[in-house]
Amino acid sequence: MKYNFNFINYFKKFNFVSLILVLLSLFFVLFKGLNYGIDFKGGTLIEVRIQNNDIRVSDIRDSLNKLNLGDVNVKNFGEKSDFLIKIEKKLNNNDSLISEIKTSLDQDLNEEVNYRRVESVGPKVSAELLKSGIISIGLALLMMLFYIWFRFEWQFSLGSIIALFHDVIITLGIFSILSIEINLSIVAAVLTIVGYSMNDTVVIYDRIRENLSKFNKLEIDQVSNLSVNETLSRTLITSVTTLLALFSIFILGGEILKGFSFAMILGVIIGTYSSIFVASPILRYLKVSSKTLEKKEDKIVP
Amino acid sequence: MLNFTKIKIIIIYFILFLLTSFASLNFFYDENPILKKKVNLGLDLQGGSYLLLEIDTKPLIKERLQDKVIEIKKFLKKNNFKYNSFLINENSISFKIENDNNKKFQNLFFSTKDNTINQYIDQYRTHQFDLEIKNDNYLIKFSKYGLLTLNNSAVNQSIEIVRRRIDDLGTKEPTIIQRGEKRIVVELPGLKDPSRIKDLLGKTAQLNFRLITDKKDDFGSEKMTSENGEEVIVNKKIIMSGENLIDAQPRVDNQSNSPMVAFTLDRYGAQKFGKVTTNNIGKRLAIVLDNKIISAPVIRESITGGSGTISGNFSFQEVTDLALLLRSGALPTPINIVEERTVGPDLGRDSIISGAISLIIGFVLVVLYMFYKYRIFGLIANISLVSNLLMLVGVLTILEATLTLPGIAGIILTVGMAVDANVLIFERIKEELRTEKSVIHAFDMGYSRAKITVLDANITTLLATVILFIFGTGPVKGFAVTLGIGIITTLFSAYFIARHLTSSFVLRNRENIKL
Repeated sequence: MKYNFNFINYFKKFNFVSLILVLLSLFFVLFKGLNYGIDFKGGTLIEVRIQNNDIRVSDIRDSLNKLNLGDVNVKNFGEKSDFLIKIEKKLNNNDSLISEIKTSLDQDLNEEVNYRRVESVGPKVSAELLKSGIISIGLALLMMLFYIWFRFEWQFSLGSIIALFHDVIITLGIFSILSIEINLSIVAAVLTIVGYSMNDTVVIYDRIRENLSKFNKLEIDQVSNLSVNETLSRTLITSVTTLLALFSIFILGGEILKGFSFAMILGVIIGTYSSIFVASPILRYLKVSSKTLEKKEDKIVP
Repeated sequence: MLNFTKIKIIIIYFILFLLTSFASLNFFYDENPILKKKVNLGLDLQGGSYLLLEIDTKPLIKERLQDKVIEIKKFLKKNNFKYNSFLINENSISFKIENDNNKKFQNLFFSTKDNTINQYIDQYRTHQFDLEIKNDNYLIKFSKYGLLTLNNSAVNQSIEIVRRRIDDLGTKEPTIIQRGEKRIVVELPGLKDPSRIKDLLGKTAQLNFRLITDKKDDFGSEKMTSENGEEVIVNKKIIMSGENLIDAQPRVDNQSNSPMVAFTLDRYGAQKFGKVTTNNIGKRLAIVLDNKIISAPVIRESITGGSGTISGNFSFQEVTDLALLLRSGALPTPINIVEERTVGPDLGRDSIISGAISLIIGFVLVVLYMFYKYRIFGLIANISLVSNLLMLVGVLTILEATLTLPGIAGIILTVGMAVDANVLIFERIKEELRTEKSVIHAFDMGYSRAKITVLDANITTLLATVILFIFGTGPVKGFAVTLGIGIITTLFSAYFIARHLTSSFVLRNRENIKL
């Protein structure tokens, strides 16, 4: 299919929308904050399955409150008989906390409790994991910046990085608004989003560069519009196949992958949007024209 | 771009065949080192325990500094220095030397030949200790590399002891490796509850034998509580330590039927123990483990045979553990468990099932969509997708990579994103077909023009996965591995397999091609 939308009319409106979304996201991330899981905050997480359906969240909470663990969070997890227990208390050296919890639950519930998953992260390790998570996302952005700089002109590099920041900030903003738990797999998701969004942007930028040299009379807005249209069918098909795979994980992949696949779905949608409505129109503000390419003439030929 | 030489075709399909054969190894069992390669299941899929241990070097540093003080004092006496105000701080020793105006101490302290007081580490070209001098005040502390050597030897020793303790428990195929300067990763596949191992690793198990006295001499003795809660005064002098133990086994006392530990000493230990027990019949012996008395028996006769027993109020489990700890030796310094992740076997099985189902459904959806979009060329894209997955599993098998739940997610994501390369190419060909009359030329141009875009697009994702691989830990690393390899196999299948299939189809049906 050949598309011929006039995106130019929407570019400004959507730039405004994007700006509002980014500011709103920043506001939420800064003031409401992110809901860090035990990977980054430290603490203990226990997933249990109890065959008896009469056991409620409150039964588990009552049993644990006797142990004076401080902040205890118990909730249903997927199926009715599955529960997730989160304890903020930082595990200190060789604490027998987990054994105590198990003993208490076994006695009070008087049921066979299946401990499906136990995770506990000490304060030092969680601080390090958070630090390396932030470094890895920062480093990924930096590497993208340099790669695009190396392959294109600096305006393209800057434009793509602005689009990437846009994607990452809005994704985190939505995470903050919905209080979705940030754990190690979310960092993996954000990094993949960075890669995916960049992938999308590069395809359009490649076309813009090609069209700039082909139609050197056209304004950058018109070139962007033409290029977005020419690549739109690819952008949409790839987004659809990726989303098909991601929804399959989200719906069928089990509770553990829910957060990860949700983050990826958000990221793919935002990334697709941003490569069309952020990365392309931004080139105008960066004063890109067919002259921009002349310095790197030898690199244009695809 | 549509011409393939015979040799090229052979190479392409040979690679596909080879990797597919490797992928199929996962379904067979063979002893041959190459044929027995398999993709390993991560702890999150097969169930098991992951423990991250960190050694605490503070007590060790303090201990070494205490030893050093004695050496330095001797050294100062021997060289006729006048000194005073010796102090051991958190990680340094401070003292005063009077009238050392020509820096004699400093010169001796940093001599590089036969230096007994401050060892020269050849490997790092530096001394073990640093010296700071302010007026008459001298401060000695570990140098950066002195500390590093101390750390390294403590970690290496600890790994050895941890391995012995875990092997002794008979856990299947444990992985025990160093991570960073002070940490040890322990992976125990199939272990449901690591609490016993945690207990065993939490004990340094420093054992020593000391005499109980009745003299309240403040310097040479200390107050301790015996296993029955009775207060006793124990001589600080260590008769013998756990180092002299060769073996320890749990036993049951024939007469009282109570559990106990029988131990065997080496020659030096046996001699020493024989001498002390002969000279102190009637006195009580304190058996001290990690600064707690576990038993305080009366010496009834001299024990010269080099073996003995420790009995007390122990359960059978306790003597089994105690014997294990004594057999495996003492940790050089305490270990803390800083991270623990355990997955039960049924959650692992559930994860495999849901991972597999979502992979199949995701795959079917993508395949149907591609077929709907591109018909015959969709079929080609789908064939290249299948080859892609086979090659991906093949490479994972060759690397004997560990498949984790996020790793499965990486494979599903590869399915979704892999078709992108073919989509880019097909869309480009469509555009070329609009202006180009010759079908073959349009296909040719499509492939060559889309090439750079496909490369650029995939390199960006590859960069992100490389970073994830470097910084990620555990299951997340598994995601980076599958996604990263997935990108490479994607490029191969799109530019060789799909292109070859497209070219043979186009060259045969040049007249009625529709895309």
